[in-house]
Amino acid sequence: MAYLDHAATTPMLPAARAVMTAELHQVGNASSLHAAGRRARRVVEESRESVAAAFGARPSEVVFTAGGTEADNLAVKGLFWARRAADPARRRIVASPVEHHAVLDPLSWLVEHEGAQVSWLPVDRLGRVSAADVTAAIAADPSSVAYVTVMWANNEVGTVQPVAAVAEAAHAFGVPVHSDAVQAAGVLPVDFAASGLDALTLSGHKIGGPLGVGALLLGRGTEVTALLHGGGQERDVRSGTLDVPAVAGFAAAAEASRTDRVARSARVAGLRDALVAAVLAAVPDARLNGDPDPAGRLPGNAHFSFAGCEGDSLLLLLDARGIACSTGSACSAGIAQPSHVLLAMGADEASARGSLRFSLGHSSAPGDVAAVADAIGPVVARARGAGVVAARTV
Amino acid sequence: MRVLAALSGGVDSAVAAARARDAGHDVTGVHLALSRQAAGAGSRGCCTREDARDAQRAADVLDLPFYVWDLSTEFSAQVVDDFVAEYAAGRTPNPCLRCNERIKFTAVLARALALGFDAICTGHYARLVDGPDGPELHRAVDTDKDQSYVLGVLQPHQLAAALFPLGGDTKRAVRAEAAHRGLAVAAKPDSTDVCFVPDGDTAGFLSRTLGPAPGPVVDVDGVVLGTHGGTYGFTVGQRRGLRLGRPAADGRPRYVLAVSPVTRTVTVGPRERLSVTRVEGVRPRWCGPAPTRPLRCTAQLRAHGMAVPALAEHRADADGERVLVRLDEPLLGVAAGQAVVLYQGTRVVGSATVDRVA
Repeated sequence: MAYLDHAATTPMLPAARAVMTAELHQVGNASSLHAAGRRARRVVEESRESVAAAFGARPSEVVFTAGGTEADNLAVKGLFWARRAADPARRRIVASPVEHHAVLDPLSWLVEHEGAQVSWLPVDRLGRVSAADVTAAIAADPSSVAYVTVMWANNEVGTVQPVAAVAEAAHAFGVPVHSDAVQAAGVLPVDFAASGLDALTLSGHKIGGPLGVGALLLGRGTEVTALLHGGGQERDVRSGTLDVPAVAGFAAAAEASRTDRVARSARVAGLRDALVAAVLAAVPDARLNGDPDPAGRLPGNAHFSFAGCEGDSLLLLLDARGIACSTGSACSAGIAQPSHVLLAMGADEASARGSLRFSLGHSSAPGDVAAVADAIGPVVARARGAGVVAARTV
Repeated sequence: MRVLAALSGGVDSAVAAARARDAGHDVTGVHLALSRQAAGAGSRGCCTREDARDAQRAADVLDLPFYVWDLSTEFSAQVVDDFVAEYAAGRTPNPCLRCNERIKFTAVLARALALGFDAICTGHYARLVDGPDGPELHRAVDTDKDQSYVLGVLQPHQLAAALFPLGGDTKRAVRAEAAHRGLAVAAKPDSTDVCFVPDGDTAGFLSRTLGPAPGPVVDVDGVVLGTHGGTYGFTVGQRRGLRLGRPAADGRPRYVLAVSPVTRTVTVGPRERLSVTRVEGVRPRWCGPAPTRPLRCTAQLRAHGMAVPALAEHRADADGERVLVRLDEPLLGVAAGQAVVLYQGTRVVGSATVDRVA
């Protein structure tokens, strides 16, 4: 099988698997005072230090969560509540329209239930926001802004955002900034301190750690209101007994990304470039979405639109040939929706529906690229036939 | 063969897919998302989120690739709009036939063939038998479950690309097989009624869609007996819900005899007036070669109705194609819009959409 869906989840790194497996044999609640608890706590705190070191944070800034979605929810809702509590006028959130649903949906929820307003930033054809637009959005009414949220890199088209410039622009007004760095972590130099961000989302399984664990990096001066109340773990920001094996596995993956990231990303980018070249050679009218400049794009991301095709037809045909990829768009009961990211970038609905994301990662090999090179031409031709038929029967 | 198995989320389609796979076919499962308002609509029908999940679970148990195809636009235009328009015109449509004809065996089949599949497999209770003129559609062995009526619109090219693995079995056996195969849907209740009217209140659905259109309820002499909120709430043969207040002069129950949306009139009268011995239909669909001479057959006018002996004739003239059916025994309460499905023995000959009765 050619697994080209690393942006969905990537295989666990051997080091992460080893420490996690070992930890599954142990007992201990990291909040307990006895020896077993102390042992577990030591693992958690060492893990916290590893995650902090890997992403340029202080250990005290790492809040472990049960994954990226929870960390995003904690930031999006928790920052809103805390800022509004401090100043009831601050109900406006400045956000990019190309965020993951783990950010978009909590934003919608805040609008529907909590009286929040969202100022959507414009994006260019590559899906990128500009710091100038952040400044303009805040300057329209600075005292109403709760915070800014802009992802580090887009999960669908791979476009890298100018998060440091965004943070600088927002800080000029004293406004904090959150960034969902789930896709960027482990492949780009994600440095929390250097970025100037106030909150940053990480996910374990996207960097070669286990599923079900993540973290919100939270600047020491940044207040968030908790989503989960209980035992007061994680600075009272996130109650719940810590999943020690998962946290340890996450930390091992973070550690590996710190040591191997540069070489791994270069290798993955090389494979990605070969894949893009192969697809464009086989299907000359395919369009590469996102930034054509590798410097502005996730190294493992290749995202195409194929005119006249349904993305789910392509997916089915590639799956039948042992190639796993994604339409990269949100699903509701499995129904493909046209991608909000592509629509925000100015694509029409038809080309947004005929899109496919190949995402490479640490286990990708030249054979994966060769499989796509062999399959993509006939698959697109066949999907085009079905696309035309489907349109005619309407 | 490469087979696309339509998985509704129910027990029948899951077992059908399993049998297709066991027969050596390369099976891919697909759930048809027919309604955009799927979320939280309850578990009935064939287009809820729960059904999609059940379908996926069945595919996972059977180790089949599984996809959801969004047919909601086609379904809305071809089935729901037609259903509403037919009622608005005073007719009584069968949306299941329409869905089989236009959605499953046209839109889905076309896409499946284009994607390289050879056939579509469904959980319908009907049999396909090789005959001298190609595949023949026959009634299921389980006469209580027989669904050949709702497939009577399928033409030879559609039957040639169809697989109905359940036609030789009883529902009871299929449920037992589902349980034996570890399919969690084994005990799921049968879907009933119209799938896009999840609460089962068709009259309410139509009145919400079409708005109020009040008019008189009259007897056969034109005497006004009462009023109604919209002719679409009535179907020929209906007895209940007339709300006429006072009983008929002769004390006998009254039935809907005719529905006239143009004059907004519902005509009611005694049961014997419902008696029909001649049925005419348009839009004939022949499951095999079209009959060239009057055909001794049996005619069935409801999904689970009785088939009565009849003589059917196919006529094509300047007004188009018509099917004339003379019934040997009268049937009660035949409405325009219903399908008349013709059988020879267990074989389905074809069907037409009723537009006149006498």
